[in-house]
Amino acid sequence: MGMTSAQKSGFGATLWDWLTTVDHKKIGILYLAGGGFFFLLGGLEAVIIRIQLISPENNFISAGLYNEMITMHGTTMIFLAAMPILLGLMNFIMPLQIGARDVAFPFLNSLGFWLFLFGGLLLNLSWFTGAPDAGWTNYAPLSIQSPGHGIDFYIMGLQLSGAGTLMGGINFIVTIVLMRAPGMTYMRMPLFTWTTFVASILILFAFPALTVGLFLMMFDRMFGSAFFDAALGGNAIIWQHLFWIFGHPEVYILILPVFGVFSEVFPTFAKKRLFGYTAMVFATFLIAFLGFMVWAHHMFTVGLGPVANSIFAVATMAIAVPTGIKIFNWLFTLWGGSIKINTAMLWSLAFIPSFTIGGMTGVMLASAVADYQYHDTYFVIGHFHYVIVGGTVFGILAGLHYWWPKMFGRYLHEGLGQLSFWTFFVGFHLTFFIQHFLGLMGMPRRYWVFLENQGLDTGNLISTIGAFFMSFGVIVFLINIIYTTIKGKKASGDAWGSGRTLEWAISSPPVHYNFKQLPLVRGLDPLWIEKTEGNKKVTPAEPLDEIHMPNGSILPFIMTIGFTIASYGFIYQTESKYWLIAVYAGMAIALISMLIRSLKDDHGHHISKEELERVGD
Amino acid sequence: MRGWMGKTKVFFVFTLLALFLAGCGIENLTALKPKGYGAEQAMDLIILTTLIMTGVFIVVMVIYVITLVRFRRKKGQEDHIPEQVEGNHKLEVIWTVIPIILVLIIAVPTVLATFDLADDSSADELINVNVKGNQYWWHFEYPGEEVQTSQDLYIPTGERVYLHMLSSDVIHSFWVPSISGKMDVNAENVNTMYIEAYEEGVYWGKCAELCGPSHSLMDFKVIAVSPEEYEQWVDDMQNIDAEAEPETADAQEGQELFEANNCMNCHATDAAASGIEAGPENNGPFGPNLSNFGDRSNVAGVLEHNEENLVDWLMDPESIKPGNQMTGQYPELNQDEAESIAAYLLQLQPSEITPENAGD
Repeated sequence: MGMTSAQKSGFGATLWDWLTTVDHKKIGILYLAGGGFFFLLGGLEAVIIRIQLISPENNFISAGLYNEMITMHGTTMIFLAAMPILLGLMNFIMPLQIGARDVAFPFLNSLGFWLFLFGGLLLNLSWFTGAPDAGWTNYAPLSIQSPGHGIDFYIMGLQLSGAGTLMGGINFIVTIVLMRAPGMTYMRMPLFTWTTFVASILILFAFPALTVGLFLMMFDRMFGSAFFDAALGGNAIIWQHLFWIFGHPEVYILILPVFGVFSEVFPTFAKKRLFGYTAMVFATFLIAFLGFMVWAHHMFTVGLGPVANSIFAVATMAIAVPTGIKIFNWLFTLWGGSIKINTAMLWSLAFIPSFTIGGMTGVMLASAVADYQYHDTYFVIGHFHYVIVGGTVFGILAGLHYWWPKMFGRYLHEGLGQLSFWTFFVGFHLTFFIQHFLGLMGMPRRYWVFLENQGLDTGNLISTIGAFFMSFGVIVFLINIIYTTIKGKKASGDAWGSGRTLEWAISSPPVHYNFKQLPLVRGLDPLWIEKTEGNKKVTPAEPLDEIHMPNGSILPFIMTIGFTIASYGFIYQTESKYWLIAVYAGMAIALISMLIRSLKDDHGHHISKEELERVGD
Repeated sequence: MRGWMGKTKVFFVFTLLALFLAGCGIENLTALKPKGYGAEQAMDLIILTTLIMTGVFIVVMVIYVITLVRFRRKKGQEDHIPEQVEGNHKLEVIWTVIPIILVLIIAVPTVLATFDLADDSSADELINVNVKGNQYWWHFEYPGEEVQTSQDLYIPTGERVYLHMLSSDVIHSFWVPSISGKMDVNAENVNTMYIEAYEEGVYWGKCAELCGPSHSLMDFKVIAVSPEEYEQWVDDMQNIDAEAEPETADAQEGQELFEANNCMNCHATDAAASGIEAGPENNGPFGPNLSNFGDRSNVAGVLEHNEENLVDWLMDPESIKPGNQMTGQYPELNQDEAESIAAYLLQLQPSEITPENAGD
């Protein structure tokens, strides 16, 4: 295993390579592929929802199936699509940006990915027997009372993938703290690295709340406890607190990394350094900090009382300030620049008005009394899709178009890119803008049908038409990926010619050890500095010497299989105690894998100086 | 650039057209034409925040458009390197301080309104209603008046009515957009809110918290009548003669079938308050109170109020409200039996005050 596997080899060997890889770039690609798959699944669910709502009292799908559809759409998009795709970008790009050869814990990185993937697959297995149907927020007591095993799949699926995400977050934090190249001080880090760092801190503090909530719910549903059962002295509101203590930082986990993406794309295509770098960094931290202080704005109508509602309302409004700082700094990065507009830039430019609208409605929602009207209506649906599609999805697509040449060595096709952009962009606004009004006109969210003669027909029809446009855009993007993989134009190391950060200083795609010699960072935008001084390469920080790299391992995959079997056993042991065999067997597989990992020394491998010299540049 | 602008223009025109066509929604339902105190408070804040935020949006868009027009890379400028500006301290201060001021302008009225709508200091002197949310119907008891009803909540105009809300199963949310914002109906604690309708009308209420398959069908109505009409309605409800014989033979047969099929296990036909409380240990009523069923605005909250729909409901409630608690609780009815029971229920009209008095 190891370095030779990159050469042409049979299917079995390739498969083995991907199953065992600990290379952050390959794991990044796995995250992108897995997240992309779930994104298509969640998109299909969205289209089914919109078809059901194309006309009043429609009967395209049944009420029960509809609730499963909305639950799985939300859960899939947040946990299995948006977040993994972002983790994929972080995984691939962040180590390159700080001049590292891998992440701090490559083995853990692999484990994190497989846990995410199998958690997602486990959750989707529920489609065969009945999916969860209590909404992605899974409020008790509806979720406690939900018959069948749908909610159990939700619990175990999210527990697995959540553990994977937590590992990813810890890994990135340690990587950024310990593995920056010589000279890469904190305040020289690219913004995408900064936002990766801050989002990872959010993951570290937010996910445990979800884990705790899921465990309590697991005990309630599987082992007869009553944490959320009011009849037995429990309290269902506790679930809402736990969920949103996780859930609100979660939306910042989704948005901060793409703030980083835009902060890379704008300077590159305006040929101008990021305006107000320091302010951008501090705004990121401020958003993250305030993100933990506002969870109860999801609960204004719960009856927490005027004191709590007022405090959380004002705290929420405060987030508008650092977010505004960011928007204006981006605008002034472009101001005075030499702006080139291509697909990556289109997605980034489209983000500004779209996300600003999402931010506006965010402040509107923060006004607690107004929220008594907005809450749980299509206004909220409109708001968070403006933030998560207009922010996160646009950012992901900007990032993919921007870094595609770096990751795969080929440019995505520009014409197809613009076609998919325009159809998706127009479809997005058609779908979601009108929903603000639908909500205020009296349409609550999660409605299987809306009734005739309630004035909601036109708005819903427009919204559904928009969803078809968005679907078309996604399909064109898929065609673009296939086309690019086969015939795409090859990219050089500095693919856009105006790259500023370290990832553009190495070949596209990078060799598996990234940097033959670790770079010496002499300031913000190290590659740009070298280029302005007429240097073709970044100054190395070390003489050419042998490189130490980690070995691949199949253990993370086996461990994950073990945990998945155990999870499946937990779900079904309520029916028959024989399923406990699966619990014990699965845990045994996982624990034995851990034992092997602990006892077997693996010092990795070295790439000799001779080989590095042979490769040349 | 020009192509981009052109497309945006077309898009905005289309959006405006769509909004124009859709209007502001139906008067009985929309939050955009407030007919009550809570809705008005909310609307004031909606307008204030929309104006301020639109102002911010316009500023952003002006800078955005100017930037894109002026600084787009032109032919022959490919090698031009713009000045590398680090930032601007003065600008950073400006776009930090101005938003803080704007936020304060929004925050102050928000906090005032939040406390205003939570004020229950005068509840004792006013009308109080105990609201109970159930999958998928609403129950209303007037403890001061010793009467109860379901699905249609009668209130007088121009007065605050305090609602004390509790759920008997999962979380629901009580929402009548045109007169008030919403509040959750929890199983573990009583939530209190007040509503006040300015003018007579039938206001459509919705459940706003996912509560199961028929969540979208858990409609109810708030019927705001004049204070005099309200007094009369209460009086009529207090004086229901539970022993009264229906007038037609069909309805009499229906009454017998109603009793024979154990409908009364769950459904009361007199309006005397039971004093029961909702909550996690649900002790009833298990079905809507039917004492003024003939005057209901809808069958099952969502169907037009007529005999045909009622017969359909009685024969197969599952096909109308999936997951409802009535399905399977009584022997199967044939068409004739269902029609008789419908005839009986539809003549339960104890009061002259009906949704029609509210102008429906």
